[in-house]
Amino acid sequence: MNMETQAFQTVYTKITNITKATVLLKATGVGYEEMALVHGRLAQVVKIYGNDVTLQVFSGTEGIPTNAEVVFLNHPPQLKVSDQLAGRFFNAFGDPIDGGPEVEGEIRNIGSPSVNPVRRMQPSELIATGIAGIDLNNSLVTGQKIPFFADPDQPYNQVMANVALRAQADKIILGGMGMSNDDYLFFKNVFSNAGALDRIVSFVNTTDNPPVERLLVPDMALTAAEYFAVDKKQKVLVLLTDMTLFADALSIVSNRMDQIPSKDSMPGSLYSDLARIYEKAVQFPDGGSITIIAVTTLSGGDITHAIPDNTGYITEGQLFLRRDSDIGKVIVDPFRSLSRLKQLVIGKQTRADHPQVMNAAIRLYADAANAKTKMENGFDLTDYDERTLVFAKSYSEKLLAIDVNIDVLEMLDTSWQLLCANFTKAEVGIKQEFLDKHWIEN
Amino acid sequence: MERKIKTTGKVVGIIANLVIVDVDGPVAQNEIGFIHHPEADLMAEVIKVMGKHAYVQVFESTRGLMVGTDVVFENHMLEVTLGPGILSRNYDGLQNDLDKMEGVFLQRGNYTDPLNRDKKWAFTPLAKVGSQVIAGDWLGEVPENGMPHRIMVPFKLEGSYTIKSLVAKGSYVVDDTIAVIVDANGKELDITMVQKWPVKMPIRVYKEKPRPFKLLETGVRCIDTLNPIMVGGTGFIPGPFGTGKTVLQHAISKQAEADIVIIAACGERANEVVEIFKEFPELEDPRTGRKLMERTVIIANTSNMPVAAREASVYTAMTIGEYYRSMGLRVLLMADSTSRWAQALREMSNRLEELPGPDAFPMDLSAIVSNFYARAGFVYLNNGETASITFIGTVSPAGGNLKEPVTESTRKAARCFYGLSQARADSKRYPAIDAIDSYSKYLEYPEVQEYFNEHISKTWLDKVIVAKDLLLRGKEAMEQINILGDDGVPIEFHERFWKGELIDFVILQQDAFDKIDCSTPLVRQEYLLKSVLDVADTSFEFKGFEDVSTFFKNVINQFKQLNYSEYESDQFNGYVKAIDELVQAQKK
Ligand SMILES: Nc1ncnc2c1ncn2[C@@H]1O[C@H](COP(=O)(O)OP(=O)(O)O)[C@@H](O)[C@H]1O
Ligand SMILES: [Mg+2]
Repeated sequence: MNMETQAFQTVYTKITNITKATVLLKATGVGYEEMALVHGRLAQVVKIYGNDVTLQVFSGTEGIPTNAEVVFLNHPPQLKVSDQLAGRFFNAFGDPIDGGPEVEGEIRNIGSPSVNPVRRMQPSELIATGIAGIDLNNSLVTGQKIPFFADPDQPYNQVMANVALRAQADKIILGGMGMSNDDYLFFKNVFSNAGALDRIVSFVNTTDNPPVERLLVPDMALTAAEYFAVDKKQKVLVLLTDMTLFADALSIVSNRMDQIPSKDSMPGSLYSDLARIYEKAVQFPDGGSITIIAVTTLSGGDITHAIPDNTGYITEGQLFLRRDSDIGKVIVDPFRSLSRLKQLVIGKQTRADHPQVMNAAIRLYADAANAKTKMENGFDLTDYDERTLVFAKSYSEKLLAIDVNIDVLEMLDTSWQLLCANFTKAEVGIKQEFLDKHWIEN
Repeated sequence: MERKIKTTGKVVGIIANLVIVDVDGPVAQNEIGFIHHPEADLMAEVIKVMGKHAYVQVFESTRGLMVGTDVVFENHMLEVTLGPGILSRNYDGLQNDLDKMEGVFLQRGNYTDPLNRDKKWAFTPLAKVGSQVIAGDWLGEVPENGMPHRIMVPFKLEGSYTIKSLVAKGSYVVDDTIAVIVDANGKELDITMVQKWPVKMPIRVYKEKPRPFKLLETGVRCIDTLNPIMVGGTGFIPGPFGTGKTVLQHAISKQAEADIVIIAACGERANEVVEIFKEFPELEDPRTGRKLMERTVIIANTSNMPVAAREASVYTAMTIGEYYRSMGLRVLLMADSTSRWAQALREMSNRLEELPGPDAFPMDLSAIVSNFYARAGFVYLNNGETASITFIGTVSPAGGNLKEPVTESTRKAARCFYGLSQARADSKRYPAIDAIDSYSKYLEYPEVQEYFNEHISKTWLDKVIVAKDLLLRGKEAMEQINILGDDGVPIEFHERFWKGELIDFVILQQDAFDKIDCSTPLVRQEYLLKSVLDVADTSFEFKGFEDVSTFFKNVINQFKQLNYSEYESDQFNGYVKAIDELVQAQKK
């Protein structure tokens, strides 16, 4: 963050009101969303009424006296962008935290305007992750935005790191919000062990930092992403973890500003606030792209909570992680997971039978879930029920588990093997032309 | 709003996109003003006045705005510009032509002309010099992408006028005077092909608005067959995220019998609009041989575009719809999603610190939604021609809960309810419309029943009721089987369950991404319903409940293959035969 103050700037020393997150003072010539330094801490203008200016202090107002020095910086939050960003770790303000030098480069305002929808290209390039729960059932495409929905005890950061490293992106930008120090070090290690550090840029707000600072992380990460995707025409993958903690910070601020909360004490603007971030995912006309993979942690698997709910309405699907007790592994749940862009690539960039095989297998997996309920309720199972259960177990193990790493053709062939081993053609109900081509008689 | 000099003012307060302006003269509620931010003029709308303070919602980001900035009010409300050249355009929520904007990113304060002022149009007069006309009467027409675009007496004019002169057949630009009309006092008015209209006011230049009675064919089986919507009707599609609202709306827009398609992408994903940009120019309209895009208008205010303009976008879309309806055309209007519009209202109402209603939505939400839906409809124009706006909106209920305020308000306003079910979407039973909970109020209209008797067949509605019954009985049977176990119920329960499944798999489920299955013409739907009911009517001989499922799965499989085949092709007939053989073999 550019914190240079200029000689002719007015220094104010008379704060009239202080709340947990904001200070209020009389000042003139102040622009909306302008940055300021309050007692040496970064703050941003959130309300102006006449000469009364309300500033949100990112790190909180603890210990700020009424005669603290306030200096306005005449610009919105900014980031210096250049190739020097690569391989570096920054805090939420864009200041290095890796002991390296300041980045030299062009100053950009963060939170830039939206892409004109008529200038967008349709996302069309498949991202192969090796994970069948993703590539087979919920294929990802460059320019897509998609979160993992996971309970806090699930290995979402590991899965995300795997996806990132296999995705063949030119740059990976990590936006960490409320990240534990251990997770921060985990990402650092995984990336450096993979020899990928020079492709990574990280903006991290750890649990040690004040929560409100997190609000800047996505915009910082996306400003860097836009630099690489637009100026350098690169394929950029942005990882945002954990967006639930980002939204929590939004609610802290709005509560402190006395806004009327809507559902789950979230601000009424939650949808727009999240959409502004996720919609930065885009396929640009001249090759660059921004793909966003995020994490939204759930509490007790509840996806009706305002944060996952609003997220689901914004993103292009969601990847739902769940522990499957039958195989003792975490799987990508085929029911609640969805990639809305998969139809742009499946059966087109992958084999033609892909959509039908995928749907048939999931339908039969659903039948297995019904059979299981039946069994739990103490009823006899039919022969068909038994077969669905056998199928479901192998399907979980060989395809849905997150430790699977195979290519899409192998995923399709494995699916056919499992279908043919357990069912009749009529039960599978796939288009005749594909049955003719891929059915394996037992 | 007749004012000689423009009212001006100065910014005194800024909270996000709500700006308070100290004004030096009269201002009107909903009047448009421009804030002269040093970087760009920012458009804003008055939403509340308190003494000398006008509260305006800014349609752009207010970043960098300072108190003391000048504001100029424009003497008019938010208006759209109406004239030839709207079709196939991509507008933002304020009707700026997105294609005319430079650069990849949207720059604030970049307002572009919705029309092309240089293009020449082939004008043919329709009226006669000397005749009396009123607002909305047709003076002439120009062909616009194959549609007759009527040039009308401006809607804003009151009373009756005499046509003094009318230009001859020929080619003109939109701003050319094509007629001169004279009012009762002898005052002359030049008429061009362009007029403006404030979006929040309905255009009412028609004689009569009867109840809708004609079927609108959408090609979607579980709509047309089970819960049909009428030409000029209203419907809504609520559903949790990912259950298929957008896919269903796009399918309807592609297939429904309409002259003009208007899509308001209201606070949803930009990539979904890109999908339309990409697909519609390629889709051919079988009736005209022209591309679907040529008769489509897109209003894109995606979720990352300014929130205040989101509210405007649905009104912009409706007003353009009303404009084309006044020309005697059948308009299909889609808004995805009306919940985002309601949320935009909520954000503003919260900033204004108004007393909140349920879930912090504004108290008058229900009235706002009803007024909007009421603008759709089937009409008889003053010249006797018929025209319509069919409106279908999606609703995105928070947490998938259909008891939330937007769903409840919309239920009161719309006549068709297409509820999408999470369970059906999870098991990939697309389109995930819950056929049992959904309804079409139109089926209760005697004029609609009569229409069906006459245009489809006298037995059609009876068959539809039988099909719905079978679905319901199938569901009940399933519940019994789940409670009592497979062999705890008589075999008939299994038959009943599987007959419900037969209708579900063959009629309800439809693959939106298959070339053939995506759209089923009404004749084919008639055929399908009859064939399926014939199977359901047959008495079968089953040894055990497992035989029941094996038999029906086989039949369903053959029907599915049939749905993927070209109607009445050899392949199709092959499946018809296969089904018949299966049925004969199992018959009592
Ligand atoms: N009729 C359908 N046939 C096949 N797949 C469908 C159908 N409807 C929806 N889907 C699947 O569900 C996904 C979500 O649908 P969408 O309409 O975007 O949901 P919503 O608008 O309700 O959030 C689609 O991307 C597609 O994969
Ligand atoms: Mg949608």
